Amino acid sequence: MTASPLFTTCPAPSAETEHVLLGHGSGGQLSAELLRDVILPAFGFAASAGRPLEDAAVLPLPTAEIVMSTDSFVVHPLFFPGGDIGSLAVHGTVNDLAMMGAMPLALAVAFIVEEGFGLDELARVSRSLGRAAEAAGVKVVTGDTKVVERGAADRLFITTTGLGVRIPSARPSAGRVRPGDVLLLSGPIGLHGVTILSTREGLGFEAEIGSDSQPLHRVVAAAIEAGADGVRALRDPTRGGVASALNEIAAASGVGVMLDETALPVPEPVAAACDLLGLDVLHVANEGCLLAFVAPERADAVLAAMRSCPESAGAVRIGAAVAEHPRRVVVRTAIGTERVLDMLVGEQLPRIC
Amino acid sequence: MKYLDEYRDPALARRLLAELGTVATRPWRLMEVCGGQTHTLVRQGIDEILPAGIQMIHGPGCPVCVTPVETIDRALELAARPGVVFTSFGDMLRVPGTTTSLLQVKAAGGDVRLVYSPADAVRIAAAEPDREVVFLAVGFETTAPANAAAVLLAQALGLANFSMLVSHVLVPPALTAILEDPECLVDGFLAAGHVCAVMGFTEYEPIAARYRVPLVVTGFEPLDLLEGILMTVRQLESGRYEVENQYARAVRREGNQKAQDTIRRVFRVADKDWRGIGSIPDSGLVLTEEYGRFDALRRFPPGRPAAAPQSECIAGQILTGVKIPTDCPAYGTRCTPRRPLGAPMVSTEGTCAAFYSAGRAATAQPASAATAGHAD
Repeated sequence: MTASPLFTTCPAPSAETEHVLLGHGSGGQLSAELLRDVILPAFGFAASAGRPLEDAAVLPLPTAEIVMSTDSFVVHPLFFPGGDIGSLAVHGTVNDLAMMGAMPLALAVAFIVEEGFGLDELARVSRSLGRAAEAAGVKVVTGDTKVVERGAADRLFITTTGLGVRIPSARPSAGRVRPGDVLLLSGPIGLHGVTILSTREGLGFEAEIGSDSQPLHRVVAAAIEAGADGVRALRDPTRGGVASALNEIAAASGVGVMLDETALPVPEPVAAACDLLGLDVLHVANEGCLLAFVAPERADAVLAAMRSCPESAGAVRIGAAVAEHPRRVVVRTAIGTERVLDMLVGEQLPRIC
Repeated sequence: MKYLDEYRDPALARRLLAELGTVATRPWRLMEVCGGQTHTLVRQGIDEILPAGIQMIHGPGCPVCVTPVETIDRALELAARPGVVFTSFGDMLRVPGTTTSLLQVKAAGGDVRLVYSPADAVRIAAAEPDREVVFLAVGFETTAPANAAAVLLAQALGLANFSMLVSHVLVPPALTAILEDPECLVDGFLAAGHVCAVMGFTEYEPIAARYRVPLVVTGFEPLDLLEGILMTVRQLESGRYEVENQYARAVRREGNQKAQDTIRRVFRVADKDWRGIGSIPDSGLVLTEEYGRFDALRRFPPGRPAAAPQSECIAGQILTGVKIPTDCPAYGTRCTPRRPLGAPMVSTEGTCAAFYSAGRAATAQPASAATAGHAD
């Protein structure tokens, strides 16, 4: 071997350690290093050093209803204005628990990493995930990391599974809505979907707006404290947007839904992007707002409670459940006409979350 | 939202409707030419609140709908070839060919990519010189300048791996074909505002004079459409047949000269097949000889001939306004946006899809909801 500047120090090429290798998923030494140096500290495990890493977490659970949900995240791009796949993986699962009236207790996190993915990016995502979990007051208690060959996955996929404890007075369900219930929306719509699309395609709107990705369990806690059992149904309008969420609830409860188009909070860049691209904002995904059907006598109190939370300061009343046209969602347009709002057919935007 | 709300003001809408009610003394049938106008009319329910007797007939102005099945089949065959990157606007992806669609070809491993501009397809060709990049260039005069500019860009970059499968159509010959049809029911036209923004409206003046039919160049917002309808009915009631311009904030009589020059540099007029209608003389654009090397039809030898198209779809009668979607026995049952039998059920600008998504007729049922484990 000729003397080369490359080999004057350590013969192990240092660049190699800056990317995820298949060996990082082998269960061997590289796996242990990845866990110790990158993943565990990000999830707040540094302080627990010395305790053995077991195969599963043991959780002391309160004697209440336990709520469980799981979700996989394949969003492209991994980083976008307003969030990244790490924070989204926390918010998505926390919000699924919250829509059942549950406060999040513990998260399990599984990474599927493509060989060659940047270690710095993995660390960045892990830190973001850890910060989002901490901010939401939920602990990451167990996890897994697998590395697959180049091309077998696209960079990084994350699955999170959450456990939550149901608030005792909460019984929200898509099937409990009755005619007369008031429909509330916690904040502006369309931000996540338009941000992802605009970032991915370089359309320029992402300079003005960001994803609304945020945890909603505190909004739910406030709503249920104010409305108790009168909070009939909660849903976060993610993929398929407000249209899909309302159609699902209308079908499950056998009621009609009347939506007032003029009451919808649509940020101007979102409206402009939707007009330009031919999208209906009611089909665009959200990650940080919720729809609530509330018994009419509780609606004002719940709306006020929602507005007192920073996550839902812009909450508004956007419609009601009605006895007419059961299982259908009808929009009253700005010019006073009515149209049926159907679910999206096919895929509007792949890999939105 | 100034730029939108100005054209969606409910009080102004009611005023225009009331005025229309006093102006119209007998039934009139108007055709909106453009699919974008159909979309607004149906989505906003405008056609249902017009005074009794004023009927809107939905025209052939959905580029997705009128692209011949042979072109779709050719696209499918090219998209399935190894080494080809097939690029298209999103609404072409679901259009059924004889046997399959671009989305299904993509799922089966074809490299089909959705682009938002033909220039994106040129950029892909520049970035991936070892692949053949084909762009499916469809549309009316509105998209022709951008598609022509993409060819000029590819030429300027010296790209030898970029080509277009061209299926461009022109509005005025289609209007003439509709007016020549003995079954024609149309008393007046709302001409397509965006087409006229490019082409101007001088070419509509002889049509108005020859067929004694009013044409009003109209925009796409609810108030645009109501005003366009009112202007057309006023002409009909007073026995006039002129070309008027409702969409003056975007359209000049002579149009956009630079855009027209770009079209003429790259394309020439030719006879064209329209899906569901048939051949219309001088109604399409093809690449000129000078730019013939960018023609995907020349670059790739033809594949096997396609089988006969499905016959149940009545797209031809829908596109000429002879029938409406709810007249079709397959509408909402055998033919839905999820499983379209024909193109008008695919694009949001297609009349059948516009009807279906607005819940027209009782056959459209929302999908049943998941009851457990909603995973978002």
